Amino acid sequence: MLANTPAPPLLEVRDLCVSFTSRGQVIPIVENISFSIGDREILGLVGESGSGKSITAMALMGLIDAPGVHVTGSARFRGRDLLALPDRQLRALRGREVAMIFQDPMTAFTPVYTIGWQIDEQLRVHQRLSRRQARARTVELLGEMGVPDPANTANRYPHQLSGGLRQRAMIAMALSCNPSLLIADEPTTALDVTVQAQILELMRNLRTTYGSSVLLITHDMGVVAETCDSTLVLYSGRVAETGTTRDLFAHPQHPYTAALLASIPPMSGPRPDRLPAIPGGPPQPMERPVGCAFAPRCAHTHATCLPAPPPRFCTVGPGHTVACVLPAEGAPLPPRSGSSTSPVL
Amino acid sequence: MRSVPPNEQAANAPTAPQPLMAVRDVYKTYTLKKGQTLKAVDGVSFTIMPGEVLGLVGESGCGKSTLGRCLLRLSDVSAGQIVFEEQNITHLPERTLRALRPRMQMVFQDSYASLNPRRRIGDLLAEPLRVHRTPEGTRRNSATIAHRLTELMELVSLPHTALERYPHEFSGGQRQRINIARALVLAPRLIVADEPVSALDVSVQAQIVNLFADLQKHLGLTYVFIAHDLAVVRQISTRVAVMYLGVIVELGETDTVLHNAAHPYTIALTQAVPRPVVGAARPAPLRGEIPSPVNKPSGCRFHTRCPAVQPRCQNEAPALRQIAPGHEVACHYPVLK
Amino acid sequence: MIMPLLRRLGQTVFVLFGISALVFTVFFATPGADPTARIAGRNAAPQTMEKVRKEYGFDRPLPVQYAIMMKKLFITRDLASYANRGELVVPEIMRAAPVTLSLVTGAAIIWVVLSIAMGVIAAAFKDSWIDRGLMILGLVGISIPVFWLGQVVNLITQNRYHDTWLFSWVPGLGYVPFSQSPSGWFLALVIPWCVLAVMFVGIYSRILRADLVAIMGEDFIRTARAKGLSPTRVLLRHGLRTALITFVSLFGMDFAQLVGGGALLTEVVFGLPGVGRLTYQALNSLDLPLIMATVMYSAVFVVLANALVDAAYLFLDPRVRDVG
Repeated sequence: MLANTPAPPLLEVRDLCVSFTSRGQVIPIVENISFSIGDREILGLVGESGSGKSITAMALMGLIDAPGVHVTGSARFRGRDLLALPDRQLRALRGREVAMIFQDPMTAFTPVYTIGWQIDEQLRVHQRLSRRQARARTVELLGEMGVPDPANTANRYPHQLSGGLRQRAMIAMALSCNPSLLIADEPTTALDVTVQAQILELMRNLRTTYGSSVLLITHDMGVVAETCDSTLVLYSGRVAETGTTRDLFAHPQHPYTAALLASIPPMSGPRPDRLPAIPGGPPQPMERPVGCAFAPRCAHTHATCLPAPPPRFCTVGPGHTVACVLPAEGAPLPPRSGSSTSPVL
Repeated sequence: MRSVPPNEQAANAPTAPQPLMAVRDVYKTYTLKKGQTLKAVDGVSFTIMPGEVLGLVGESGCGKSTLGRCLLRLSDVSAGQIVFEEQNITHLPERTLRALRPRMQMVFQDSYASLNPRRRIGDLLAEPLRVHRTPEGTRRNSATIAHRLTELMELVSLPHTALERYPHEFSGGQRQRINIARALVLAPRLIVADEPVSALDVSVQAQIVNLFADLQKHLGLTYVFIAHDLAVVRQISTRVAVMYLGVIVELGETDTVLHNAAHPYTIALTQAVPRPVVGAARPAPLRGEIPSPVNKPSGCRFHTRCPAVQPRCQNEAPALRQIAPGHEVACHYPVLK
Repeated sequence: MIMPLLRRLGQTVFVLFGISALVFTVFFATPGADPTARIAGRNAAPQTMEKVRKEYGFDRPLPVQYAIMMKKLFITRDLASYANRGELVVPEIMRAAPVTLSLVTGAAIIWVVLSIAMGVIAAAFKDSWIDRGLMILGLVGISIPVFWLGQVVNLITQNRYHDTWLFSWVPGLGYVPFSQSPSGWFLALVIPWCVLAVMFVGIYSRILRADLVAIMGEDFIRTARAKGLSPTRVLLRHGLRTALITFVSLFGMDFAQLVGGGALLTEVVFGLPGVGRLTYQALNSLDLPLIMATVMYSAVFVVLANALVDAAYLFLDPRVRDVG
């Protein structure tokens, strides 16, 4: 995300668009998403349901194969374009260089095989390992992910493990081939808070222990603030704002980011009488406004927001850009109150 | 396993106004295959005063949803007593209960599943008005019903035209408004809301939380608000009960419980909530996971994960006891500030 | 491990008791029908009537009659059919059973192999012309009545084109025991196998395809693809393996009901003296002892197959293992 780094980033996504054709009509799901992830960086992709965050991840992994879906743009990963790679080469990359973990670890494991079998499988697809070597590595990985009694746990079936253990096993599987990029799609959403805290800690430690970069997809601003180096806020399939997490949370410049942060009930300080809620709901992809997608719900909407095309990106700080007309018009939003300091409980 | 004896003193404290609902030593036990029993609710006592919002928080398996269903007798209670408006409803037959239903309602998490997809919103909302008689014992005519429906739409801020539409035509937030309207149809006194905002988008969640708060103020409602999201519970509740594996471990005023917690579990739970603030202090997360409700630990149920566990905790289950006026904790060694 | 087995056995016995009691009630204890006359046959001599009445205890209370019947069926095995000149019923079934078993087993192998191949290929090429073609083929298989298909095949192979090089190998209708001539057994059965399998290939391939398509949309398939597995491996090791759970349970029940006499039409058309044909004859002549015996035989198979399906379930689906 940092603009001045000389070396090319690990992953550089440019103008990613995903659309699908339904009854002759092209419906854009994701429009012109660009971002990059550096080595050992954790990038948070935040958005609500329908914002296109999961679709983005699926597109990067080449996992979208529904008929009528069209993916354009480029995603350069170590010099190779993931979106243009032939199937076979992409497959060799998948699981080995780029790995993915999913929201619900219960349904994300094949129910009829043991956890160990499934991790062994991934190891053996990408590396020349005997069954025994693979299992040894599996047990080692499970242990590193904090799974108690890894040798026995490897022989258990997904349904026999708790949600937290399943997610640890899922992460172990994703890391089995030492990927340089881990895409985590809502990895803690299905977990309890106390377990979520454990998993987030594990993910934060990945970059030191495994040297992996992480693309963390979530809807939870709290998870982003605690985990990510930089943040990309999606709204209705478009990038609303990107920047380092510190800048973005201290001074959100897109009214959506600001309103979203304000609408979260605070865990400390005085309780507001009413929460500053955002009116309405996010638009459906086919009903997306031609101009700024957030305009119908925005408190700062004025004439320049509505016509097409959507507002251009405006750089408001180092690596901090925002798709809003306000900063360019000289009326940026004020910094978020009480955000830069860290209030105690 | 010995159960926690109810705190008689707390339950029967001589307060001036009568509680809307009093729950005494309620158990809910399920028998599983292999002869195991699952004590989903394992001896819970508390009272709810009129106009109060009691937040019920806890992680999966703590029994908060089961308890919520028991409160309204949507599930039968295995043991204990539930008194609603000074009437013991614990063992009331379904027929008698039906007369009470208008006064106690439930709102669920899944806004779509709880609405019949083939019926218009207007029909859905009018049905209870047709089925139930007025408190005076008369049937409502269609003009009264229509008037009430208009009133309801205004209460939950939906356009009047919504009455003519079907559930699938609405967004999640709007459907939850419809569900709330349905709960309100017969002017209940008590609403049990089970995770009513957790399936909603963040930007919509605040609207619904506000709606709950507004309705509570305007209509003088009483809520039991069940949620796993502590921030939401903090926003809406006047009192909070924290549950862990079937029992209440801490109960008190919202600010007391969330900011002056005395139970190590409550402390860990509040600390684990991710805050949208960069650089917030991050205490070490709680070790381990929630034990299975089928195989609960002996003694204090939290002792396997408690950072301040003592030998006594492994054998002796702590009772919920008052440590300050209105603040009850089930811990042998409560953290006192 | 012992307890579930014992429980299973108890259930089996209970189900068999229920079925036998029901059949007994329907055929022997229905008011107005005199079972003595039925067993002894029309125009039987009074002595025969008396003998039958004594033998079966028809002058004694119903529970005793039932007990006698069960004893004759399972213990002494001397239940005889008077309508059929005193032929013992149990050995008759024992002679018919291998025929049916041979027919059904062969057909089952064909239908399992073919339907898995068709279902998997159709699912792999979902919505392509291959998929559509295979599924239409399946539908055709389901819609063809087995007796009609059998007759047509017979007409072609036995009659019209029997003397051409293509079908000159086809033996005449009937059954050749395996012990007598394995090749004769095979030749006699290969056409009935195919005919019987046609409908099941249709049903099973369509079910498997639908199941596979649904499973391919599951989260764990997405995981498997994200792991970098080849499409074939994803489809077979993750998709098919999971779909087999439903497949096997269906198969168990169909196999059992066919062995129990459900292959009746095929047996009749191809002149195979199997259990189905025996049941058909018994019902035609209202041969009560034979009906009783064939129904019980069929029940035993269905219950047995049910137990086997459950065992297969335990083997195939680890989730069931823990609930058990």
